[in-house]
Amino acid sequence: MRGEVGWRASARDPGEGDSQRAEQVENPPHPNLLPASGEKEHTTRVGTASMTPEKFISIEAIAKRYPGASGGEIAVFENLWLSMARGEFGCVIGHSGCGKTTVLNILAGLDEPSEGTVIVDGQAIEGTSLDRAVIFQSHALLPWRTVLGNVAYAVTSKWRDWDRARVKAHAQTFIDLVGLTGAEHKRPSELSGGMKQRVGIARALSITPKIMLMDEPFSALDALTRGTLQDEVRRICLETGQTAFMITHDVDEAIYLADKIFLMTNGPGAVLAEIVENPLPKDRGRTDLHRHPYYYAVRNHIVDFLVSRSKTFATDVPGHDPRNVPVVKIGKPELTIASVSDAPNDDSNQASWPGVSRPSTSS
Amino acid sequence: MTSSLRFRAAIVSIALFLAFIGIWHIATRGTGAVASMTPEYAKLMGLTATQGKSAMPGPLDVGAKLWEHLKRPFYDNGPNDKGLGIQLGYSIARVGLGYFLAVIVAIPLGFLIGMSPLINKALDPFIQILKPISPLAWMPLALYTIKDSGLSAIFVIFICSVWPMLLNTAFGVAAVRKEWINVARTLEVGTVRRAFTVILPAAAPTILTGMRISIGIAWLVIVAAEMLVGGTGIGYFVWNEWNNLSITNVIIAILVIGVVGMLLDQILARFTRMVTFPE
Repeated sequence: MRGEVGWRASARDPGEGDSQRAEQVENPPHPNLLPASGEKEHTTRVGTASMTPEKFISIEAIAKRYPGASGGEIAVFENLWLSMARGEFGCVIGHSGCGKTTVLNILAGLDEPSEGTVIVDGQAIEGTSLDRAVIFQSHALLPWRTVLGNVAYAVTSKWRDWDRARVKAHAQTFIDLVGLTGAEHKRPSELSGGMKQRVGIARALSITPKIMLMDEPFSALDALTRGTLQDEVRRICLETGQTAFMITHDVDEAIYLADKIFLMTNGPGAVLAEIVENPLPKDRGRTDLHRHPYYYAVRNHIVDFLVSRSKTFATDVPGHDPRNVPVVKIGKPELTIASVSDAPNDDSNQASWPGVSRPSTSS
Repeated sequence: MTSSLRFRAAIVSIALFLAFIGIWHIATRGTGAVASMTPEYAKLMGLTATQGKSAMPGPLDVGAKLWEHLKRPFYDNGPNDKGLGIQLGYSIARVGLGYFLAVIVAIPLGFLIGMSPLINKALDPFIQILKPISPLAWMPLALYTIKDSGLSAIFVIFICSVWPMLLNTAFGVAAVRKEWINVARTLEVGTVRRAFTVILPAAAPTILTGMRISIGIAWLVIVAAEMLVGGTGIGYFVWNEWNNLSITNVIIAILVIGVVGMLLDQILARFTRMVTFPE
C-alpha cells in the first residue's frame, strides 16, 4: 500500500519539531513494532502539550467561576492551559456547559477569566482586539447595513483614516474571497443563512486578524451549506496561513478542519482532557475524508470521549496534569490491533485498509 | 388579493360614512312649521322654534361652515375671531416646540439610562412617580413659576411627551442585541462611535415608536392645555366657540383636531418605517 504510506507521510505537520515524530515519518510504523504494554489508549504516542515548540496563543491557568445558587462559587473550569502554534487550526470539542464558549470569549477579550492570563503573540491580552476576529454563531451582522456596509464597518474600524474608495475596494476583496460578488448591496435579511455567515467570515477576515475565533459558526446551517462553508474556511485558512480557533459540536467538522482537536470534559469543573493531533494529511478533501485509514480511528476516539470518557474523566484519570495535557497521536496500526483484544464488541475491522483497523470503541 | 381587500374595505368605509351622515341629517332636520307666529317674531326665535329643527347643527350646516373656514383659514379679526388656520398654527407650534424640547432631553437621557444599569436603577423611582402625573396637574405650578401662559402650555407638552420617549429609548438601548455590541467590541469601536453606529440604529425603531406615542399624547394634551391658558390655539377655539354657543364650529374644531392628529401620527409612522430594518 504505497498510497497509504504516502498519506501517512504527508500527514505530518511540518511545523512540529518533535524528534520522536520526525522519526516516525522516516520509519513508517510496522505491525511488529507493538508496544510492550497493553495500554488502553488506541494510540501510539502520548506526548505533552508543553512540547509545542512555539506558543503563538498561550492560555495559562485560566479559571472561570460564577456565583453559585447556594452562595458559593461554581467553577466552569479551573487551571486550564492550552497553547497553539502560529498557523494552526484548533478545534475545541466538548459537551454544552463545559465552558468552550467561555474559553473562546476570554480569548476574544469579550469575557474575562476569574484567574489566569492569555498570551497572544508574546503579549498578555487585555480586552478585545482587532488582532482577534470573531465569527459569531448567529453571524451577528448589522441588519441595517448592506453586505458591503457590514464588511466596510469592520474595515473602517481598523483603518480609521482610509478614504471611502479605499475602504470599499478592501471590503470588496474579501466579499469576493468568500464568493459573494454581486450581493454587495443586499441587506442581511435578503440573504440565506449560509450567505450571512459568509459575510461574517468576510468581515472577520477583512481586518486581517492574527487569529480567527469561531464559535460554532456553522451549527445553524443546513448540512450542504455547512459543507461548502467548511471548504471555504479551510481554503482561506490554508491560503492565508491563518491561525484559527474554533468551537464545534460536529466531530467530522473538527476532523476536516483542525490540526489539533482539544477535548474538554463535562462542566462544571471541566478540564482539557486531551489534545488529539489530526493524523489526516494537510491536503485532505471533504469528499474522501472518510476513506482515509485513520479517519475512523480519530473519529471513534473523539466520539468515545464525548459519549463516555468526558463524564468520567475526572475519576478515571486522577493524576491529570492540566499543564501537561496528553497529546494523542492517532493512527498507529499496531496499537489499534493491540486494543482490539480489550474491545470485544469491536466488529468493524476494515479489510479494505490492510494493517489498519477501526480502534476499540471502549476504553 | 390585498388590493381587492383594500377596495372592499374602502367601500364599507364609504357606506358607513354615508350612513352616519344620513342619520345625522335626518336626526337634525326640521319637521316643518310647528307654531304660527309673525315673521318678525319667527326671525327672532330661529328655526328651532319655528321649524322644529334640532339645536344640533346638521351635516349641511357643518359642511357649509367648514367650507367658509377653508376659504379663509388665516383671517384675523382680533383676539376672539381668528381663522382656523391661525389657531391650528399656534397649537402645532406649541406642540412642536414642547415636543422638540422633550426629544432633546428624553433621547440622550434615555440612552444614558439604557446604557447604565446604575443610572437606570437610580432614576427609576423618580420616573415611576413622575410618569403617571397628568400633565395638566403641572399647569398651575408652571403658570406660577414661568409666569407666561404660552410657555406654560409648551412646558405641559414637554412634560407629557417626555415619558414615552424616555422609557422607549431606555428600553430600546438596553435591549440592543448583545452580539451587535460584541461585534463593535471585537472591532475596538469606541463608546461614542458604538453609540452612533450600533446602538442608535439598533434602537431607532423602538425610539421612534416612543416618539410616535409622544406626539399622540402631546396632541391630546394641547387641546386641554389651551382651554386652560386661553388666548390662541385650537383648544382655545373650541372653548371660545362653546362660549359663543356655536356648536357648528365646535364640531368643525373636533374634526380638524382629529385630522391634524392623524397627520402627525402618520408623519412619525413614516419615520419609523424609514429606520426599521428587517431581520
